[in-house]
Amino acid sequence: MSGSAPDRMTGHPGATGAPAGAPVLEVRGVTKSYGDTVVLKGIDLALGEHEAIALIGASGSGKSTLLRCIDLLEGIDDGDIFLDGEPITVPGANPVPFRRRLGLVFQSFNLFPHMRVIDNVTLGAIKAQKVGRAEAREEGLALLARFGLESRAREFPDRLSGGQQQRVAIARAMLTRPRVLLLDEVTSALDPELVGEVLDLIRELKDQGMTMILATHEMSFARDVADRVCFLEDGRIVEQGHPDQVLSAPREAATQRFLARLLHANRL
Amino acid sequence: MSKKPILAMAAPALAALVALAAGGPAAANAASAASAAGKAATTASASCATSKLALHTAGVLTVATDTPAYPPYFENNKPANGKGFESAVAYAVAKQLGFGPSKVKWVVEPFDSSYAPGPKSFDFDINEISITPARAKAVSFSTPYYTNPQAIIVYRSSPLAHAKSLAAFKKAKIGVQVGTTSLSAVNQRIKPSAQPSVYNTSSDVVEALKVHQVDAIVVDYATALYLTSAEIKKSTIAGQFTAPGGDNWGLLLKKGSALTPCVDKAMAKLKANGTLARLTRQWMSSKVAVPVLK
Amino acid sequence: MSTQYPLTTREDRARARRRRSRRHMAISGVSAVVVLGGLVARIVTASGWPAFRQTFLSAHWFGVSFGSILSGFWLDIRMFLIIEVCVLALALLIALIRTFDTPVLFPLKLICIVFVDVMRGIPTILLIYLFGFGIPTLNLKGLPTDQVVLGGAALALNYSAYVSEVFRAGLMSVHPGQGAAALSLGLTPAQALRTVIVPQAVRNVVPPLLNDFIALTKDVALVSIIGPQEAARVAQIFQDQDFNFTPLLAAAALYLCVTIPLIRIVDHLQWRRIREQGSALALGPR
Repeated sequence: MSGSAPDRMTGHPGATGAPAGAPVLEVRGVTKSYGDTVVLKGIDLALGEHEAIALIGASGSGKSTLLRCIDLLEGIDDGDIFLDGEPITVPGANPVPFRRRLGLVFQSFNLFPHMRVIDNVTLGAIKAQKVGRAEAREEGLALLARFGLESRAREFPDRLSGGQQQRVAIARAMLTRPRVLLLDEVTSALDPELVGEVLDLIRELKDQGMTMILATHEMSFARDVADRVCFLEDGRIVEQGHPDQVLSAPREAATQRFLARLLHANRL
Repeated sequence: MSKKPILAMAAPALAALVALAAGGPAAANAASAASAAGKAATTASASCATSKLALHTAGVLTVATDTPAYPPYFENNKPANGKGFESAVAYAVAKQLGFGPSKVKWVVEPFDSSYAPGPKSFDFDINEISITPARAKAVSFSTPYYTNPQAIIVYRSSPLAHAKSLAAFKKAKIGVQVGTTSLSAVNQRIKPSAQPSVYNTSSDVVEALKVHQVDAIVVDYATALYLTSAEIKKSTIAGQFTAPGGDNWGLLLKKGSALTPCVDKAMAKLKANGTLARLTRQWMSSKVAVPVLK
Repeated sequence: MSTQYPLTTREDRARARRRRSRRHMAISGVSAVVVLGGLVARIVTASGWPAFRQTFLSAHWFGVSFGSILSGFWLDIRMFLIIEVCVLALALLIALIRTFDTPVLFPLKLICIVFVDVMRGIPTILLIYLFGFGIPTLNLKGLPTDQVVLGGAALALNYSAYVSEVFRAGLMSVHPGQGAAALSLGLTPAQALRTVIVPQAVRNVVPPLLNDFIALTKDVALVSIIGPQEAARVAQIFQDQDFNFTPLLAAAALYLCVTIPLIRIVDHLQWRRIREQGSALALGPR
C-alpha cells in the first residue's frame, strides 16, 4: 500500500466513501448505438463488493460493448453508471481518473509487443498512478510470481503461449488495484488446453475477494465462480439470477433457447 | 575477334577490376597515341582549300554555341544575326575559310557536352571558353582570339564600390557562375575567407546579388560591361583583375581535328589585318576606364 | 517371376543430394564467370575504351579532386543529419495532428493538410530556388539569410510532407486494441500515445523511413543551386575546369559509401519483418 499515490485504493469497503452495502458498480438504463444500430437497449445492473457477475449471451448481444462502456472506452447515449456511488458518465467529465479505478482484460490480450512482460505489467502503475519504478517492479514481480510467471518477466510477449500472455494481461490489469475487474471473453481466443490455467487464475482472484464482471462462453466456469449470471440478448438483460437457477432452470424462453443451442453444440 | 572473348571468359571478374585500376598509365599512352595521330594529320593536310576541308556536314561550316547566348557575345540569343563579339568573330573566321554567311550553320551545344568525349556535332564551338593545358588534353583549341580579364560587380551604395585593392574583397561573400574561370581567379587572386557561392546560370548569379545573398559577383570583363549597363540597376564595376597566367579564349574543336591548323591560319589573318582588333573595340570595350585592381 | 527392385538407402539419398548441390555450384560458378567475364570483355574491347578510361577513370584527376570533393561531402553529411532530425520531428507532429480528432486542433489540421499537399506537389528543386532567392527578397527581420539554412529549410519542409504520410500509415497500422489497453490502464491519451502507440508506429515504418532518408542524402546536393559548394558541385567545378569527368565518379563513390550501407540495412529489416510477420500476428488470438 503506497501512501503517496491517492488513486490507489484498497478493496476495503468503507475506505471508498460509499456507504457499506451499497453497490460498487451500478449501471442504470444504459443505452448505446453505433450509427443506426442500437447495441444496448437500457441495461440495469448492480454489482456488490466481492461479487462476481457472469455475462452470457450470443455474439453481438452487447456483452463487450457493455464492458467497454463501463470502462469509459465508449461514450453512452443514455443512462448513468456509478462507481462507488459516484457518477462516472457525466458529459464532459474527464474519464481518466475513473478508468484508473477499473481494470479491463481483453479477448485478444492486447499486450504491448514492444515492451517486456514486466514493463507491460508495471506500465499502468508507473504512468497512471505515479508509483515509483522500483516499487512497481517489485510488486509486479511478486504478482507474476503468484501467477507462476516470474521467470518470463524479462521476455517479450511474443515468446509466451496464449495462456501465459492472457495471465500477464490479467496481472497488468491487477497491478493498478482496480475496484472492479472487467473480463471480456478472456478465454475465447485460447487453445482449449490453455483455457484451464487462465480460469484457475480467475477463480483464485475471486476467492481473494476481487469484484468482477466476466463475459464468458464457459458455462461450467460461470456456474462455478459467479455469484450471479446475466443473460443478454439483443442489447437487453433478459434474465438474471443465481447460476443454478439461470443455467439449470431458466425462466425465460429466450434463455432456454440459448442454452439449448449450447447444449446441442456440447458447450454446456 | 573470335579469340578475345574466350580468353576474357577464362579470366575471373576480379582480374578485370585489376585491369581497370591499372588504367592510369595505359590510358596516358592511349592519349599520347591519339595526339601523335593528330599531329600526323596536321602535317598531311597542309592545304586548307575550302573544298578539301574535313567538315561535319559537307559544304557547310557548322558552328556551335550554348543557349541562352548572352550579350555582348551574341544578341537576342540569335547567333545567326552576326551581332555580338563572338558571332562576328565566327563569321569572320568562316569567311577566311571560304564560307559566306549563307554557308554557316549554327547549332546549340551545352558547355558540358562540348568537351565530352565522342563524336562532335560541330566543326568548332565558340562560347567564351578559356584555354588551359589540362583542357587541351581533352579537346583541341585554336589560337586565342581574346584575352579576358575578370571584373567585380557591386552595388554603387556598397562600401566595396570604392575598393582600392583586391584585399578589400577578402571578407566579402562573392558569387560566381559554375563552369567559368571566375571561381579559380577569385580563389587565386582574392583568396576570400568565406567560400565563394557558385550558381548554375549567370541569371542566378545576378539574382544572388540582387537579393543580397552575396556582396559582390565576379564575371568576365565584357559580361560585366553588359550587366552593369543593362541588367543590374545602380550597380558598378568596382575593378578588373587578371587571373594568374592570364585567360585566353579559343575556339574549341574535337581533339586532333584536321580543321585546327586551318582555323589557326584564318585567325592569324584576322589578327594581321586588324579585323580582330576592330571587333574587340566594337563589342568588348568600355567608354569609361575601369580601374585595374591588384 | 518377381523382379526385386533395390531399396534406396539413407546413403543413396545423401549421395544424390551431394551430387546435386555440386552440380548446382558448378553451373552457377561457370555461368557467373561466363556472363560477367563476357560483359567485361565486351566493354574493355570497345573502340572507345581507352578514351573512356582517360576521361572517366583517370587516377590523376581522381587524386587532384578528391580532397576538395571530400570537404564538400562533409557539408552534405552535416546537412542531411541535421535536416533528417528536423524532418522526423516535424513529420511526426503533422501526422499526430492529422490522425487524432480533437476539435481544438481543427484549424491546425487544415493547415497541415494544405501544407502536406503543397509540399508534396512542388518539385524539390523549385522549392529550393523559391526559398533561396525568395526569402531574402522579402527582407524580413528575423528570417534566415544563410544559403545552407535556406536550402536546408526547403528540404526539411519538403521531406516532412512525405515522411508525415509514412508516420500516418504507421499510426494507423497500430491495432486499436493497443490504444484501448493503454487507456484501460488509466493512462491519459497523451501518455498512451507516448508510451504505447508512437513507439509501435515508428517501429512499424522503419523501412520506408530509411528509404526517405536515403533519398534525402542524395537530394542535399540540390542545395548547391543556391550557392553552397557541396560534393556534387565541387565535382562539377573540377569537371568544367579540366574537361575530365572522373571527379563526378569520385563524388558518386562517396555517396555510395553512405547509401549502400543504408540500403543493405533497409533490405535486412524488411526481410526480417516479412519472416516475423507470422509471429507478430501471433501476439493475439492464435
